[in-house]
Amino acid sequence: MFTHVPNYPQIEKIETGITGFDLISSGGLPKGRTTLVSGTAGSAKTVFAVQFLAEGIKRSGDAGIFVTFEESPADIRRNVKSLGWDLEVWEAEGKWLFVDASPDPGQDQVEAGRYDLGALLARIEYAVAKIGATRLSMDSLGAVFAQFRDAALVRSELFRISAILRQLKVTSLMTSERTQEYGEIARFGVEEFVADNVVILRNVLEDEKRRRTMEILKYRGTSHQKGEFPFTIVSGRGVLAIPLSAMELKQKSSNVRITSGNKELDAMCGGGFFRDSIILVSGATGTGKTLITTEFLKGGADKGERCLLFAFEESREQLFRNADGWGSNFEELEESGLLKVVCAYPESASLEDHLIEMKDIIEHFKPNRIAVDSFSALERVATPKGFREFVISLTSFIKHQEVAGLFTATTPSLMGGTSVTESHISTLTDSIILLRYVEMNGSMRRCLTVLKMRGSLHDKDILEFNIDGGGMHLGEPFRHVTGILAGNPRETPYGIPAI
Amino acid sequence: MPPVDAEPRYLLKLFVAGSSTRTGHAINNLRRICDDEFPGGYELVVIDVVEQPAIAEEKKILALPTLIKESPLPARRIIGDFSDKEKVLAGLGLAAH
Repeated sequence: MFTHVPNYPQIEKIETGITGFDLISSGGLPKGRTTLVSGTAGSAKTVFAVQFLAEGIKRSGDAGIFVTFEESPADIRRNVKSLGWDLEVWEAEGKWLFVDASPDPGQDQVEAGRYDLGALLARIEYAVAKIGATRLSMDSLGAVFAQFRDAALVRSELFRISAILRQLKVTSLMTSERTQEYGEIARFGVEEFVADNVVILRNVLEDEKRRRTMEILKYRGTSHQKGEFPFTIVSGRGVLAIPLSAMELKQKSSNVRITSGNKELDAMCGGGFFRDSIILVSGATGTGKTLITTEFLKGGADKGERCLLFAFEESREQLFRNADGWGSNFEELEESGLLKVVCAYPESASLEDHLIEMKDIIEHFKPNRIAVDSFSALERVATPKGFREFVISLTSFIKHQEVAGLFTATTPSLMGGTSVTESHISTLTDSIILLRYVEMNGSMRRCLTVLKMRGSLHDKDILEFNIDGGGMHLGEPFRHVTGILAGNPRETPYGIPAI
Repeated sequence: MPPVDAEPRYLLKLFVAGSSTRTGHAINNLRRICDDEFPGGYELVVIDVVEQPAIAEEKKILALPTLIKESPLPARRIIGDFSDKEKVLAGLGLAAH
């Protein structure tokens, strides 16, 4: 084992409990330190600040102080109820305490000489001692600057407060405003006094779609993942970040083969798919992608494996009717509990929300096989970048589960061509199966080829196949045709090798 | 019995922290202004927020020193060490002389 640990004083972290954030931040917020969370209006700063305390209470009973400079406690209690946090219960239990520093409407004050924010500090110290708090959130700093004229004084007082919180061993989070998604870190130069740790929340409008991301800009003296990570806000759960590179590729390569559900295809792949591999089936509409998916699921269920299908193109009725037509009874399989079919419209949610729901279903159902038909349908609801992140995130999640995943991708043109999905996913897949139309002698015929089969020999032929009531039947290779994959099939005379 | 036509009696609450020279300075400044301006008298209550943080919480005090003029209404707030007399008077709702 790798045991050499450098002899530096390590900065301890506390897990926030905010899904995904702890991974991105390599363990949570630096313990006893102050972290600045900065974002534009509507970037979910308050949700983040509330969740930091809420998760502390739920997970380990850590008491927390919420200092509010902007909204009244009553507003916050009401606003976060839909996220599943009942603050009044925690307040009654002595786990949550507000320090209400929100401005009173109509209560203006005159500044007549020098002052400091000693009363705020005294109230915070009192609150921390009263419930034994170890977490504190302050939301949001911009509103303090609005209450006082002397910004330099407010800055130095906030610095004093964060220094005292550190002495009290309270891990704190302060939110602040930004005016632009990509610009100065925060207004009023607040980053200067809590510059050790800065997290940026963004809510960017990209191609008419909102995309939320978080980025750890600075984490002094401690490691974290770099770059922007998408997140979403889910009712009942709050902020959920979606780490991408945070997922290590630790998949064990298994040599166990599983059936594709089709004996002839198994033979082409050198004895079936590998158990924990990602298989991409790519082809134009009507080439048989849903058929291969159906056989893949039926083949698994016949062996007693649990199979899960996410269908984004066809309704339940259509899917079941199709499966029936190919000799697979999905209804019976669902009744037996081995199959679960989840149908959803891609447009029904954002891609991040789809991803989170899919992960939830996978975690609950614990399938041995997962199929998604089709990946391409989800392209419609996301930006190219968002889609790429989705694909990476879902495939790495599935690889972590050590199950087989089969995804379909629709190519835009009937003859040949590649889809965007393919280019995003091809390097992540272990196997690629291409389905193509071949126009020959005035008729359309279908062919299949196994393009890639990681870690195994496979048949490189391009085979014609037929579909009937028993499913897919592979036939003879097109030995006298070239240019099929390029979408331009040409017959070559027998005996002359294709160039 | 106070005379019927007496000036209103002021109730002032002053929030400070501890008994630093700064606190003493602020109290002296304030008393000097009040002695000049309130012939009818005034009552000054000094509250130490370190000793009584719950009152600071209830009154939502942030800055120190903070003076609240509780009566006569309307209530008003002044923050600072009262070194600027004009502003103190304006804050109390009295026109400067």
